[in-house]
Amino acid sequence: MSVERRPLMRRVAIHLGLVPFLIFALFPFYHMTLTSLKQDRELYDRHAVPLIITQGPTLEHYSKLLWDTEFLIWTKNSLMVTLLATGVSVLIGTLAAYALARMRFLGVGTFGTGIFVTYLVPTSLLFLPLAQVVNWVGLADSKWALVLTYPTFLVPFCTWLLMGYFRTVPKEVEECAMVDGATRLQALIRIVLPIAIPGLVCAVLFAFTLSWNEFIYALTFTSSSDQITASVGVTSELIRGDIYFWGSLMAGAVLGSVPIVILYVFFLDYYVTGLTAGAIK
Amino acid sequence: MAVRADQIPVGHARPLRMRVRGWLDRESVLGPVFVTPALLLLLLLVAYPFVLALYFAMSNAFIGRPSEFIGFRNFIRLWEADAFRQTFQNAFVFTGIAVAFKVVLGIILALLLNEQLWFKRVIRGAVLLPWVIPTALSTLGWWWMFNSLYSVVNWTGLALGIMDPPGPNWLGQKYYAMAAVITVNVWRGLPFFAITILAALVAIPKEIYEAAHADGAGPNARFWYITLPLLKPVLAVVVLFSTIFTFSDFNIVYVLTHGGPINSTHLFATYSRMLMIDVGRLGEGAAVSLYLFPLLVFVVWAQLRFVRKQAY
Repeated sequence: MSVERRPLMRRVAIHLGLVPFLIFALFPFYHMTLTSLKQDRELYDRHAVPLIITQGPTLEHYSKLLWDTEFLIWTKNSLMVTLLATGVSVLIGTLAAYALARMRFLGVGTFGTGIFVTYLVPTSLLFLPLAQVVNWVGLADSKWALVLTYPTFLVPFCTWLLMGYFRTVPKEVEECAMVDGATRLQALIRIVLPIAIPGLVCAVLFAFTLSWNEFIYALTFTSSSDQITASVGVTSELIRGDIYFWGSLMAGAVLGSVPIVILYVFFLDYYVTGLTAGAIK
Repeated sequence: MAVRADQIPVGHARPLRMRVRGWLDRESVLGPVFVTPALLLLLLLVAYPFVLALYFAMSNAFIGRPSEFIGFRNFIRLWEADAFRQTFQNAFVFTGIAVAFKVVLGIILALLLNEQLWFKRVIRGAVLLPWVIPTALSTLGWWWMFNSLYSVVNWTGLALGIMDPPGPNWLGQKYYAMAAVITVNVWRGLPFFAITILAALVAIPKEIYEAAHADGAGPNARFWYITLPLLKPVLAVVVLFSTIFTFSDFNIVYVLTHGGPINSTHLFATYSRMLMIDVGRLGEGAAVSLYLFPLLVFVVWAQLRFVRKQAY
């Protein structure tokens, strides 16, 4: 009670309460980055303090990662797969979401339920039979297998997210346009989509993040080092035998996260709204 | 709306383009057209593989060998194998403990974030970070933190005097390995809980608290009798959602422990992949991942039945 009467004290107490959570959330990233910048001498010195750099930072691990491994190729693969899968999924998702949000036709209810159910299916349930499907269509050990399969979890997500946004666009706006002679398609492209741009940005961001972060499909469907993605490359190609190159490994983990961090810094608010929109509606 | 094209007086015969246009404007035509790409995708790459999984699970499929139907023998054989039983038990221990921690910590964190903060955006950004970074890569960071020789966790524990030297070998001992795997899962899943619960907290009208305050309810009473009951629907969604994805987790266990030591951290997904890739037993691998299916059915049913009154 006494705390409540002193707002400043209360505020300080709240911030202090947040400190352990912030340390828990951020320390792994701090430690990863720190390790990637340490010289080997210090890194493997069991008497050194692991929380800081005392013997000077080095970019040696990064240069080793970039020039002595195929990290750049893996990143390029990740980027290609992610961009294509995101583009295709947002397009398919937009059409499906609009139909679900606005139109009545035979089977629309069943389809909506189907999308929702698929949204809940974890990728680890289907990776095994999908690997066979990928083999049969001749895409074994090819990054194109990822472009083909990523939409299976991206489309339900985009559809679900965009449907919510489309529902917030007042029907009257579209109807006005159609009274003026626009077709449904024109109304969608010229009227609804511009209003729903925040939703589209959100869908693109999440689709990008989900496919960049995808791991089990990439690990199972591809294995040659010119086909794998960044996550798979760093976790499997940099770990050979029992000797780990921790510096380069951490450098890979840091660099592999950079594209997401950049997006995240610029679009934080979209991530927050997208996250809550995905779960509550 | 849909018949408007026909109502426009256009002289005698409307040109073909107009007719196609009018036809495409009908919801009963355009709707299915819009939905077709998504539907094809779901049928070919979700429904069909699922049927395939059912078939594999009931066959003795082995990589590179024709398979025969063997009924439920895979499921029975798995159930009789110690490694699978261990996996089954792990999945429940892992999910139960991790989800419990995420709920409790998520509520606490959301309550803190809901207060007046000085750097609101920055703090929220920091809290959400573990959730957006590629899990496989951030887990590598944890792997290094739990390293048997250079563990920073142990170094800190020893420095603070709460561990006896040399400290636990996190990934090499049964219970510690499970604790490590759960920790990383909580770390990665907590932002989802906190941010979603926060959104629900913000939506609770202030007047309710003011009324309760006027009636003499203290902070505790307000939490137990107002906040928690009003959070229930959102908590139900988040818990159901998280349960299915924690249960089917793959990345963390694969990177951190590979299921070891001696299967003590294997989950369905990692065990299934091991049977398929390392041993080549497609049939048993498919059967393992299908053990996830009843839970999925329950979660979907609960979501549709209780949480969303409308099916879509």
